[in-house]
Order: sequence, then structure tokens, then C-alpha cells
Amino acid sequence: MTSNASIPPKPRTDVNPARIYTLRINGREDETILTVARQNGIDIPTLCHLDGLAERGACRLCIVEIQGSPKLYAACVTLVKQDMDVITDSPRIRDYRRKILELIFSERNHVCSVCVVNGNCELQNLAVKLGMTHVRYGYLNLTHAVDASHPRFSLDHNRCVLCLRCIRVCKDIEGAHTWDIAGRGIHARIISDLNQPWGESETCTGCGKCVQVCPTGALSEKGKSVAEMTKRPEFLPYLQMMRKEAEP
Amino acid sequence: MTLTIENLQEIAKTETDVLESYRYRINVCVAAGCLSCGSDAVKASLEEEIRRQGKEKACRVRAVGCLGLCAVGPLIDISPLNVAYQGVQPSDAPDIIGSLTGAPVSRLLLPTDHPFFSRQKKIVLENCGIVEPERIESYIAAGGYEALYQALRQMSPRQVIDDVTASGLRGRGGAGFPTGLKWTTVYKAQQADKYVVCNADEGDPGAFMDRSVLESDPHRVIEGMAIAGYAVGASRGYIYVRAEYPLAVERLRRAIKQAKQLGVLGENIFNTPFAFDIQLRLGAGAFVCGEETALIASIEGRLGRPRPRPPFPAEFGLWGCPTLINNVETIANIAPIVRRGGDWFAGIGTEKSKGTKVFALAGKINNTGLIEVPMGTPLREIVFDIGGGIPAGRRFKAVQTGGPSGGCVPAQFLDMPMDYESLKDVGAIMGSGGMIVMDDGACMVDVAKFFMEFCMSESCGKCVPCRVGTAQLFGILERITAGDAKIEDIDTLKELCDLVGAASLCGLGQTAPNPVKSTLRYFENEYMAHIRRHHCEAGVCAMGKAREDTA
Amino acid sequence: MPPATASPALSSPSPSPAAPDKRLRIIDRTMRLHGYASHALIETLHAVQEAFGYLDPDLMRYVAGRLKVPLSRVYAVATFYHFFTLKPPGEHTCVLCKGTACHIGGAAEILRQVEAMLGVHAGETTADKKISLMIARCLGSCGLAPAGVFDGTIVGNLTLDTVVNKLQEWRSHDADHRKSAGDCENRDRCP
Repeated sequence: MTSNASIPPKPRTDVNPARIYTLRINGREDETILTVARQNGIDIPTLCHLDGLAERGACRLCIVEIQGSPKLYAACVTLVKQDMDVITDSPRIRDYRRKILELIFSERNHVCSVCVVNGNCELQNLAVKLGMTHVRYGYLNLTHAVDASHPRFSLDHNRCVLCLRCIRVCKDIEGAHTWDIAGRGIHARIISDLNQPWGESETCTGCGKCVQVCPTGALSEKGKSVAEMTKRPEFLPYLQMMRKEAEP
Repeated sequence: MTLTIENLQEIAKTETDVLESYRYRINVCVAAGCLSCGSDAVKASLEEEIRRQGKEKACRVRAVGCLGLCAVGPLIDISPLNVAYQGVQPSDAPDIIGSLTGAPVSRLLLPTDHPFFSRQKKIVLENCGIVEPERIESYIAAGGYEALYQALRQMSPRQVIDDVTASGLRGRGGAGFPTGLKWTTVYKAQQADKYVVCNADEGDPGAFMDRSVLESDPHRVIEGMAIAGYAVGASRGYIYVRAEYPLAVERLRRAIKQAKQLGVLGENIFNTPFAFDIQLRLGAGAFVCGEETALIASIEGRLGRPRPRPPFPAEFGLWGCPTLINNVETIANIAPIVRRGGDWFAGIGTEKSKGTKVFALAGKINNTGLIEVPMGTPLREIVFDIGGGIPAGRRFKAVQTGGPSGGCVPAQFLDMPMDYESLKDVGAIMGSGGMIVMDDGACMVDVAKFFMEFCMSESCGKCVPCRVGTAQLFGILERITAGDAKIEDIDTLKELCDLVGAASLCGLGQTAPNPVKSTLRYFENEYMAHIRRHHCEAGVCAMGKAREDTA
Repeated sequence: MPPATASPALSSPSPSPAAPDKRLRIIDRTMRLHGYASHALIETLHAVQEAFGYLDPDLMRYVAGRLKVPLSRVYAVATFYHFFTLKPPGEHTCVLCKGTACHIGGAAEILRQVEAMLGVHAGETTADKKISLMIARCLGSCGLAPAGVFDGTIVGNLTLDTVVNKLQEWRSHDADHRKSAGDCENRDRCP
């Protein structure tokens, strides 16, 4: 894939220019800001996005500014346009991203030291990357159950960040649609079938794709102890590619 | 057989003749407000009494829509005597029927020169209380469906849109987007299938304008949608209405059926190639479904979670087709605009806010009910003249407009004109028209907490800032009202308001902090009193009493 | 491959054994009217709730099978929208409006007292299955604030007394009724 986007540093006057990464985009209007940025080596943090899954624009960590608009845009769902000036990093954006991350940490229980994915966790990596040192908000302490009814996997709602990758991979890639989201707002949570224990699900094929795409320790393989679990979501682009090849 | 204008005129004439053959028409309000005070029983007893006195030939009892002054229902109105009665009970029937030829029943009399009636200007509500919502003939007798005929037979779609654009009408759902512009976008979209959706998911907890229009004048909405369909090139429409409004649903169903039977809906309307069909879809209790993309998802039978825009529904809406979404009040303005012209409409209101606005007056105000005034009417006139002021000799404190997405307007702005821009300047919004009046017995921190609780429980949970941010904001407000907050919490509160407003995905989250921001702007001293002195001036928050008791 | 053929739950819809009644026909009619399209899910759930008073898991399974909607999606929709309830309602239903006008009019205090009196939270049914206490976001009857709905009838200008009287009426009326009918089964639970 080639990109005809160029990346001249385009200083702004209202913020420290040394800390701004801007992207000037010419041509191509069928790709998202995130795609083009990444192709050009500009990093934008993401959580709900995963290559190979439909976009949701929900975690809001990939928010960017577009010159001339007071609004913020989610890079994963905003298409690039002719002569668009995108600011992918600025003190304001960085501050918002860190606060959003802190909100996620404040929602449920994310104690890394006792987590199976400690050291291999996307949420943890984000905290390091965004320089999150503490959580300024009070913990909401919403306690949820752990569903260990499945013979091979377990689901700990307390680690879930509601990125809904599991739902998307199950629905769009595996085609089972075992997972969905019950309730709404702060009380939303992942359920299988008619809110049955996972192990009793009639539709689950046990493929484990959901476990591999889960960014945190919410979905994990049984038998793994603290820090022993690593995720392998790389199969997704591969699956997509092979399916495309198989098409007549 | 196709309906012609002659058919319409004939129906209107028959209806008028029949009505005028009665010497007295007794109009009983059967909108939800009066119904819940027993107006159906009043209607039955009036009919019974007429039979008993043998006056069937002289009197006719009509079930009409909202007469506006819900506070003193059940209301009845007798024409041509120009006499209105309030708080009528079934036992009053003999007196009322007996007094028709003599002096009115003074104990029930509602003065019709009351400012509540005389200061209003009715366009949207012009038929409310006049036509019988369950009979299409009654609507036709009031000039109904003439605008549709005019649009279909005498105007091109472009001309209809030009009229709407010239009228300066702006969306009455809250944001105030120019209606003509929206119509033009859908009109220009190059796709065979298009839809018109009427947003009747009135979610603002304190607003009942749409409910009243649907219950009192459902055909007005149907006519407006059909005209919109013709203008933008859509042949199918949906009305998304709250399931919590069973009476509105029932009347809409009946009205759609009547319209189909008569031929103002269906194929070849008024002998033109234009076809239009309307279906009802029931909401199921989700405020977020007032957001356009969530509403579309809900009509499609899915979860009402908004998706990022663009693409906008005008280009990519229901089933992926260009879709025009307008609120009930916006659509109810269409028929009069077509009938009397955009310029007529543009002559009412202020420079940037044209026409009238319906407000639902509620809270601590004497004349609760539904009013319609020209845009730009000063708040003072609405509250004190039309609304009759604050009951029990208490002091006016503020009004909340725009519900959970809006803000409060404190006493120093009482002389402000009510239009989109002025409201925005003081940190409130026009919103859909809910106007909650608060007296000095209201605690503004408690009000902010009330709205934040609402937003928290109505958040769909999709994006993080709204899902967790509203819960955090609510938590802080709860601590403040319980007397457990620290002074730093105010900074966190302000910062969070900024974050949630800036980073949320849809309008619900982006506007959720507004009630907090606006109460902080005008009543920060109340927040401080709660935090520093554990004191709630209004005596609403329990901690005030609890601390005093222990002291 | 469409999920319908992959999933045993979807290919064999099993109507509730306890409900082979005409209420099922109402549900079938709703689905037929919409051509069994998946977008009829919400309309169908409305029909189920209207016919049965709540959304029974077996019925959700039945609807899922007929409309070819995944089970998890049916459950998601049923719990996303607050109008739907998964629990059977009590004999009587008291809905208190929690809209802004009602809040300003003192609805919160009434709700608090009623919760204490019935010993349930809003959204729950008393242990004797007699009274369900619900809250509404806004009934649109703000002119009558505080307002409520008692067994389907809207009542305005509520005070704590009128609500308590109504609830007590339900309890004692049914108690009288039971006494006269000679049904002693629940006697000890009657007030």
C-alpha cells in the first residue's frame, strides 16, 4: 500500500509547536485518519480499535483535532479529506486522553499485580504510554462476577473495559454472535446468549477468538497464572486475507 | 376512486353544517392531562344529562384536544357562547346543561380574557381544543389536508422546499438546525429510496408538547410528513413515538387508518403520481433514541446506540438511505407554512428565530400547561403574565430549559427574549420546549444532581467519557449534597464537565454537563455552602437537616 | 454462513410449553405482519410484553428463532430498553413519575417513603407478589406533577397520603376479598 500523504510539521501558534504532530493529507478520501497516520509512522493511541474488526469510535482515546473545527474527532472513524490538517497530538489532546484512560481505570477493577495478562496488557501499556501515574477520580468499585463455567476459558467482568472486541469478532468473524451487551450505561456488561453462564452457551463454538482479541485480562485461558497469558490477535488480518483469497 | 379537492370541500361543508345545526357545541378536553382528572366521565355525564333534558337536537358534546391549561382540568369550552369551565366534575353536568340558556355557572367559570389565553399566538396548537382528534372530518373542516393538496397539485418539490427555507423554520427538537437546509440535503441525495421520520420520542423529563400535539391534532403531523415526503422525494415515513404515550399511539394509529381510507395516504394522492405511507414504531424507554442515529438504529430493531456522524442521516440514514428526521413540532409547522407561505411565517418571531415556540410550563408556577408564543417573547411575560407567577407567595429562582441537555436561566435574565441565540448566550438552550420553573424552595445542586442521574442512567454506555464520566460526575454531586465533599471536588467537577462535553461521541454526552455548568455559573455559592458549611439553603438536601440535628 | 444454520438454538425454536395459548398467536401475528424480518424485534418484544406482562426467557428464545436474531441480541435489546421487564409484574402496578416537574414537586420524597413502606426498591415487586413499584422517566403529565399511574390510570397532584391510601386500598381490598372467598392461604401475610 502506498500513501501519498505527506507529513510536514505545521506549527500552530496557540500551543507549544515542539509537541505537536500534525498530518497534512492530500488526495485519498476513503481511509481513516488512523490508517493514514499509522502508515506514516504517526502513533495514535487506541483501545477499542483492532485491525480486522469493524470500527466503533467508542473508547475516544484516538481523538484528534482538525484545524478549523472546535470539535474533537475519533481518528478511527473519521475519513481523511482533501487538504485536511489533523493534529494528532497536543497538550490538550494528551490531557483528555489521559483523563479518559483514568476514567476506564476508575470504572471497575484493574489491579495489574494479580492479573493474568500483567505485562501483556493493552490497557497497562496505554497507561505507560500516556504517562498515567495515578487515577484522579474516585473508584466506582462496581463489583462483578467471574464466569468460569467454560471448560477452557474464563470471563472476569471486573477487568472488562467494554471495548466490545469480543462481540465483534464473534459476530463478524466467527459468525456465532454468542456475545452481546446487556443493560446500558455504567451497568452495561457482556453476556452470552440469554445471559447464561458461558459454559452453558448453546451458540459458543469454543473457538477462543474472543479471548485472543480481548485487550485486558477479562477474557483469558484457564490454567494461566499471574502474568502468564499473552494474547495473539494477529490471526485477524490473516483470516481476512485468506477469506478474500477464497472468494470466487 | 381518487380523492379530489371537491371531495375535501364537501367533507368540510358537511361537517360544518352538521355542527352548526346544533345550537351549542360543548367541547370537552380529552387529552391526557384532563383525561387523568376524569374528563371522560365528565363527557359521559354531559351526554347523559343532555339526553335526560331532551336536548339532543340542540347540544352536541365533542371530544377535543388539549385546551392548554392543564393545571385546572378537566376543562370544557362551550361554543358559540365563548364560555369555558375549569375543574368540571360529572356532578356539574345538570348545572352546565341547565345554564346554557341563562347565566353561566359562576363557580366553574374560567375567564377567557385570562392572559394565559390572550397573550398566546397559536400556529402549531391552532387546532388543539378545536378539532376532534379522533375524527378526520373534523380536521378537514378546519382546513386540514388543503396544504397537502396545494403542495401536490400547485407546487413543485423545489417550491415547497423554497417556502420552508424562506420561512426560516428551525428544528424544534432542540438544536435549531435550519429545516430548509435539512430538506434540501435529502432532496439532493441521488437515491431512489428515501424516508421521512418523525421524531416523537419526547424524552426530556419535563416536556409534553409533542404528546399534546399527537393527542390533540394527529392529522397535522400526518399532513406535514406527507408534504415533507413529497418535497424530498420519499414515499415512506415512520413516526417513532414513545410507548409511554399510549393515548398518542392509539390516536395516531386511528388517524393513519382514517387517512389511508380517505386517500390522503397511499397511492396516487390527489390524483398525482405521489404515494406516501406512514408506519408507527414504538420507542421502548431510551432517552438516547432522540439522537438521530440511535433513533434510526431503534427503528431498525437494533440497540439504540448512536454511531459517529458523519455520515449524517440526510445522506445515510434508515436502511442506509437518505432520511429526513424532524421533530413533531417542526412537522406540525409545515402545513401552515405551505398554506400561508414562508414569508408569512418569517414575519413572526425574531431575526434569527422565526415563528412561534410551544413551551410546556411546569414546576412551581400557577398556570401549568401548554403555551405557544412568538419567538422572542420575554421570559418574564411567559412566567408572570401567561404563567400567572409563582404559587404560595414564593420567590422566582430560575427556569430550566432544554431539560438534561440544557441549563438554567436565573432571575437576572427575566427580561431576556426567548430565542435560540439569547438562550445560548446565557448557557441554556431552547431545547424541545420543556420549561421547569423553580422557586426558592429548589436547591440548584440537587437539580444538577437530578439531571446528572438522568444522564447517567440514560447513557447508552458506548463511549467512555459519557459512560464513566457521568457516573463520576453524579458521584461528586452526590457527595456535595450529602455534605461529604472537599473543596477540590469543584475543580474535578469542572474538569470532568469539560472532558465529557468535548470527548463524548453523541449529543447526549456532549450536553450532559450543561446543567452542572450552568448551575455552577449562576449558583456557585450554593455549591460552596454545601461543601464549606454543609448547608443547603433550600433545605432540600438531607445533610443540612441531619447536621443541624446532631449539632 | 448465516448463524441460523450454525446454531442449534436458532434452528429449533421451542415455544414455551406453559404457553400454548392464544397470546402466542398475537406474537405470531406481529411477526407475520413484519414478514418475520429481524428489524421487527422491538415491535415483537412489545407484543410479548403486552400479552404476557413481561419477557419470559422461553418467549425470548421463541422470538429469536422465528426472527432469526441471535439469542444474545434479543437479551441485549430486552435489557437496553427500560420499557421492557424480564420479571413478572405484581398483581397491581404503581408507577411514580420521576420527571423534572415531579421532582421539583416532591416526587423524590414520596418515592423514598413508598419504598420504605413496601420494603422494595423501585423496579421491584413485593414479596407477596401484590404490588410492583416502578418509576417512569416522564409521563408527559407535567401539568399534574407529581403524577403517577395506578394500574394503568394516570393520577395527578399526588401527595404522600394519596399514594399510601391507594396502596393500602389495594392491600386491604384484596385481603377482604380473600377473606370472603375463604382463601386462607396467604392470610398471615395480609396486613
